[in-house]
Amino acid sequence: MAETVQMEDQVKYQTVAPAKSLSYASRVKRSYRQIKVESAFKVALVSMGIFMVVLVFGIFLTLVIGSSQSIKTFGISFLWGKKWDAVNDVYGAWPFLAGTLLTSFLALFISIPFSIAVAIFLGEYFPKGWFSELLKNTIELIAAVPSVIYGLWGFLVLVPFVRTIEIKLGIQQQQGWGIFTASLILAVMIIPYAASLGRSVIQMVPSALKEAAYSLGATRWEVIKNVVIPYTKSGLFAGILLSLGRALGETMAVTMLIGNSNDIPKSIFATGNTMASAIALFFGEANDIRRSSLIELGLVLFVITMIINMLGKRVIKRFTN
Amino acid sequence: MESSNIKYRIAKSRGAQIITTVLAFSIVLPLIFILLFIIKSGIQHVNWHFLVNVYKPEGEPNPGIGHALLGTILIVVTASIIAIPIGILCGVYLSENKTSKLAYWSSLCVDVLQGVPSIVIGIVIFAWLHQRFGYFALAGSFALGIMMLPIIIRSTEETLKLLPDTLKEAGFALGMPFHRVILKVILPCGISGILSGVMLSVARVSGETAPLLFTAGVSHYLSSNVFKGPMQSLPLLIYDYYSLPSRETDPNSFINQAWGASVILLVFVLLLNISTKLITRKWKVQL
Repeated sequence: MAETVQMEDQVKYQTVAPAKSLSYASRVKRSYRQIKVESAFKVALVSMGIFMVVLVFGIFLTLVIGSSQSIKTFGISFLWGKKWDAVNDVYGAWPFLAGTLLTSFLALFISIPFSIAVAIFLGEYFPKGWFSELLKNTIELIAAVPSVIYGLWGFLVLVPFVRTIEIKLGIQQQQGWGIFTASLILAVMIIPYAASLGRSVIQMVPSALKEAAYSLGATRWEVIKNVVIPYTKSGLFAGILLSLGRALGETMAVTMLIGNSNDIPKSIFATGNTMASAIALFFGEANDIRRSSLIELGLVLFVITMIINMLGKRVIKRFTN
Repeated sequence: MESSNIKYRIAKSRGAQIITTVLAFSIVLPLIFILLFIIKSGIQHVNWHFLVNVYKPEGEPNPGIGHALLGTILIVVTASIIAIPIGILCGVYLSENKTSKLAYWSSLCVDVLQGVPSIVIGIVIFAWLHQRFGYFALAGSFALGIMMLPIIIRSTEETLKLLPDTLKEAGFALGMPFHRVILKVILPCGISGILSGVMLSVARVSGETAPLLFTAGVSHYLSSNVFKGPMQSLPLLIYDYYSLPSRETDPNSFINQAWGASVILLVFVLLLNISTKLITRKWKVQL
């Protein structure tokens, strides 16, 4: 009995065994090749990691080297130099820096109520169901529309609209272009970033906290105001920071709507330029010191967005842990 | 007294809910306005000639955007060929090494790269390549590829982190070498997440204008050689035609062509986004 079992096993083993059995030498050769490929693969992975670091440092170094001429000529006072004068080759970043800060913060100011409202609505009032899925996906599509299309739409629809507002308000130059128009379109473009992050942090609020507040007799709004918002404060702040980072670097829509003047903007209806729009407009035909100054604008933009993004990412990391 | 206080509080809560709902929905309005407006003013200019013909000076019949359409496809495909292998390998590296110093720096650099404004990437590529090669399409692909990298890397990394370790361990227990475990077990298991990251990145960069301004350049001619000469792309064509003077009444005027091109670009980008959403939903991927 036992013998037959063994026999059957042997028969099975023979049928399962590979038809072409490898010799010892070729098996050694194969595993040697496998080991070589494996170490090559590991080297490839590590070199990709190194590549990313080199790429980002390369970008930074290129900006520094490209702007060295301008840094040498104007020094640190480039940042608050009040004139961008292409005729006399005197360049200061302040008109564009002011334009950038003004448009970005105005856009942020307009967008905050909306993005917080979306975050609360999707995170607290309607966290589940096809309806909130639909709204969430629609809002994410807002971020998908190319910025040049926002610019084109703004040029034909928003500019005349702002012009009528300006006429009603009795403002001196009624051209419709300007900081305010650019900020309006920028606000629409950055809402999805703050909203989607805000939504996910609001959903992370432990339900025990909310239930405790409900059991003490708090209304829904009181729970949101006194439990949800204080708990998610840092996460909401991080979302706003990330959308600010987006607003600072946004180029095309702003270039098409801001009116493109090199003066320091005097009011929110004045025309101006942001750093990104100045680069987009002037870089093509700029040479020598002018090109170098524009690259320095890029460097400033790079550093500012990097700091803001790092700060935002750090706040999120601390919140999720 | 107390009951009126409660009524007031409930009313306040209701009011806050209504205000929040109204604010949340009012955001959808601009999107709907933009979609309707662009489709309304652009769809009438889209026909077969418009898609296949190339630039013609204003006033001539049947101008088209064929050169920009081909250019966008070529530039984005080349960018994908460059960025997808690097992105996936780097994502694998970051998900496999969580503690090493290099992985920390690498991950930090991915974060930085994600935030770099697109115009800055454009001028950096210009500084690297323009002096020797002038305007050429491959430079635009490099710029777009760099923008695609962070999205692909992050989606690959997040997808692979969600896969259970037992998959990998089973592979190792069978004596598979590391690279075969990754290529034959781990990547096929996470393919849906990686694919949706890739599609998202393609959707993101195909509408980008700023990085192409000083790399691929503006061109009015049909070109299929990515290694030489400027190449037109759809977003740049829209920007270019917007800044050219044109007569509103002429159906073939530049601004009307820009509207037509916007419809094509918008439909392409939105379709790509929506299909990514459907994929992530079908395979339950978290991005």
